[in-house]
Amino acid sequence: MKVKVGKKILSANEQYAEQNRKFFAERRILCLNMISSPGSGKTSILTRTIDELKDKVKIAVIEGDIQTDYDAQRIKATGADVVQINTEGACHLSAAQVSGAIEKLAASKPEVIIIENVGNLVCPSAFELGESAKAAVLSVAEGDDKPAKYPALFAKSKVLFINKIDLLSLGAAIDFDIEKVRSEVYRLNKKIKIFSVSAKTGKGFDGWCDWLFEHTKQIR
Amino acid sequence: MHEMSVAQNLLATISAETAKQKSKPIRAKISCGILNAINDELLVEAFSAISKGTRCEGIKLEIEHKPMRGLCKKCGLEFEVDFSKCYCAGCDSTDFELLEDAPLILEEIEFETG
Repeated sequence: MKVKVGKKILSANEQYAEQNRKFFAERRILCLNMISSPGSGKTSILTRTIDELKDKVKIAVIEGDIQTDYDAQRIKATGADVVQINTEGACHLSAAQVSGAIEKLAASKPEVIIIENVGNLVCPSAFELGESAKAAVLSVAEGDDKPAKYPALFAKSKVLFINKIDLLSLGAAIDFDIEKVRSEVYRLNKKIKIFSVSAKTGKGFDGWCDWLFEHTKQIR
Repeated sequence: MHEMSVAQNLLATISAETAKQKSKPIRAKISCGILNAINDELLVEAFSAISKGTRCEGIKLEIEHKPMRGLCKKCGLEFEVDFSKCYCAGCDSTDFELLEDAPLILEEIEFETG
């Protein structure tokens, strides 16, 4: 005997994501879900962003890692509020985990919450957390074929950072065609906003910080 | 390896549905869009591991992958997107939009008869 069901399998996660979305909307918080491979520079982008916008935007961070609070310590050193989530093996954050973390951050009234997801180019993009937008990071050292090989994240993100552009000066040794990346990403996603940056030197951060500042003010 | 989380959610969804039935569930059909990035082998393995000792043990999973669809802005064709090429299947234009990816759905459960 066959029974038709037609139910979403991730509906429990989606319910939490919806609650989180309401939480952000009521408090007019802009929430970004930052996703990339390990080592692309998510935390470095965050610490520089917090420093550059220190007097303009109140940013809080949720750190997702399998183990350790190394990244949370780096955020803490900037003076920003941070909550660490250790997934202990899981390769992505869930909306339920984020829901616990945002309760803790709410008291200090942040204008922006940035969720640094577990380093992984595939899994995190399949789980909605209630964010306003996904922000992908691709670093020059990872190679220029990643958007074609891992299209899901690039298709779903509203922002893409191409990080470590200071390495482009190595020329042939680094083998990264930034124009190819841009055109391939735009094919997947016409509306994506691409920032080419170096979290190390600060290059390209003006454009990104202006974008974040404007989008924060728009919803307040 | 988000297949483990998916398997846990799938087990919960199937368990809720099968609670209404007296006979044993033997097969479940699920569907998903390509951006869900589901690896069949991993999902089957994860599901079999976590369903041991439950009523859902031994369920055979049938997984249907729905292709990504694109809509060409130049010629209006709706087509299946090949990510290695990324242009319209009708007119070769690169000016197209990705349509919404299909979510993960539990489509159907089959129960033992008799």
